[in-house]
Amino acid sequence: MAWPWIVLIAFVIVLFGLYLSMTAGRLDRLHQRIDTSALGLDALLLRRSAVALELATSGVMDPASAIVVAEAAHAARTAGERGDLARASAESALTQALVIALEEPEELALIRDTESGTELLAELDAACRRVELGRRFLNDAVRACRAVRRQFLVRALRLAGYAPWPQTWEMDDTVPVGLVER
Amino acid sequence: MRIGLVCPYAWDAPGGVRSHVADLAQTLIARGHEVSVLAPIDESDDVPEWIVDGGNPVSVPYNGSVAKLSFGVKATGRVRRWIRDGNFDVLHVHEPLAPSLSLLACWVGRGPIVATWHSSSERSRMLSASFYIAQTAMEKVTARIAVSEDARRFLVGHLGGDAVLIPNGVRVSDFVTDERLEAFDSSRPSMVFLGRMDEPRKGLDVLVAALPAIVERVPNVQVVIVGPGDVEEQRDSLDPSVRDNVVYLGRVSDADKARAFASADVYVAPHTGGESFGIVLAEAMAASTAVLASDLPAFRSVLADGAAGRLFPTGDSAALAAAAVDLLINSDARAELVEAGRVRVMDFDWDHVVDDVLAVYDSVTVNGEHVTEDLRGQLVGRLMGRS
Repeated sequence: MAWPWIVLIAFVIVLFGLYLSMTAGRLDRLHQRIDTSALGLDALLLRRSAVALELATSGVMDPASAIVVAEAAHAARTAGERGDLARASAESALTQALVIALEEPEELALIRDTESGTELLAELDAACRRVELGRRFLNDAVRACRAVRRQFLVRALRLAGYAPWPQTWEMDDTVPVGLVER
Repeated sequence: MRIGLVCPYAWDAPGGVRSHVADLAQTLIARGHEVSVLAPIDESDDVPEWIVDGGNPVSVPYNGSVAKLSFGVKATGRVRRWIRDGNFDVLHVHEPLAPSLSLLACWVGRGPIVATWHSSSERSRMLSASFYIAQTAMEKVTARIAVSEDARRFLVGHLGGDAVLIPNGVRVSDFVTDERLEAFDSSRPSMVFLGRMDEPRKGLDVLVAALPAIVERVPNVQVVIVGPGDVEEQRDSLDPSVRDNVVYLGRVSDADKARAFASADVYVAPHTGGESFGIVLAEAMAASTAVLASDLPAFRSVLADGAAGRLFPTGDSAALAAAAVDLLINSDARAELVEAGRVRVMDFDWDHVVDDVLAVYDSVTVNGEHVTEDLRGQLVGRLMGRS
């Protein structure tokens, strides 16, 4: 075979190798982004349930609503041991408990009667909004990663190694309305 | 919090992204955060101390016009040093697809990175090849923000995924003024137009066509036109019956812009397109001026569907004339709009908008991770080493 051909083939092989290593690098970065986003969301969820628990136990709500919120917050804080699915459904239940318990304008007015109540509501509002954001950012990272992992070469050559197929975090993250007066 | 902001366009060139970054930086500083802004700077005099020179801007054709950007090995080195020295909690880049400092910052940085998209589909078309090149950098962005529904649609359509919508802010207090411009005769009803005269999308032609009908009903009306352009040529295009009613101010400073709004009874925004947000309407509302605008989607949403300002069908001079006459002679209707506008504009006040931005920062920095230099797979970076 003539020299030019050998050089050309070698060149193509080198290019292909570079492409593969770049793609592997991309995958690595994307998985890392998912991991940090997931850790972040975990911290945000914990902060939310902590504030909800504090609100429920600080004596500013009516006792029945307080129990509903406290139970849901406690369930959300302990569900993690039983896996992500249980956690997500417990967190959704906390969302619903918060929405229902804080739906009545009279309840909100009662809580706002005290200074600490107003503060807790503002904190809860901030915590809920950050959960909403954190979940969005995580799911965005998952979507980007999946798009790369679906590529033919990535699948054929198992560039993702043993990394599990990334999962989006599905839950109800509605922010209760009217927590903060504007 | 230590925040690093990156502006891709030259600091001395006026523009939407530049003023967004400047306002955001000032609001964050006022809140007690440590802010450093990296931007291309021409002459290093008269910039605030919180701005860091990202390199000399070069004028290149980009996005259908000429933009002043910074790129190249030297610029990359500066971005690298800025990130290394800054030790930021969060890196916030603006317009990350512009081939300038923002894109470089995404490339050489790692950690919590927030990116804000400004332009919308109409103006920015990118080749798929460029997208591929930018992809690696883009994938490191942890949180994405869009300033308008259009910008968000562009982003979702081209890159997929999602973005949080946080609108542009207005520094409301900068537009509240008691001072009046001498060009306005306070005893006469007045209207003001703002924008380049020769830019058809600003819609001066629509206003000009409406003037005879307005002057016929309100003979002593004053129409003040603010903005650069050829005055002679513009004056010749006016109907002879209205020439004495029109005054030209040319280009004015930001302070005079606020005074011009405050001096006028009605601000007319006859734009025919190309506006992705309508910040100028918010500025007029902040200056307590009644707003009359074409019903572009962006304007409609800023004016709360007409509750905070009068709308007319885009490009319809007759409708503009009728609404203008009504507002000029009816001071009660004007006062009502001014009041509604003053309330509405608080939604766009930077002091309020910055809360949403801080919420995003919070949710990406919750792990306590810092922004560091990314040397993975970057031969160039390693070779340039710790210069």
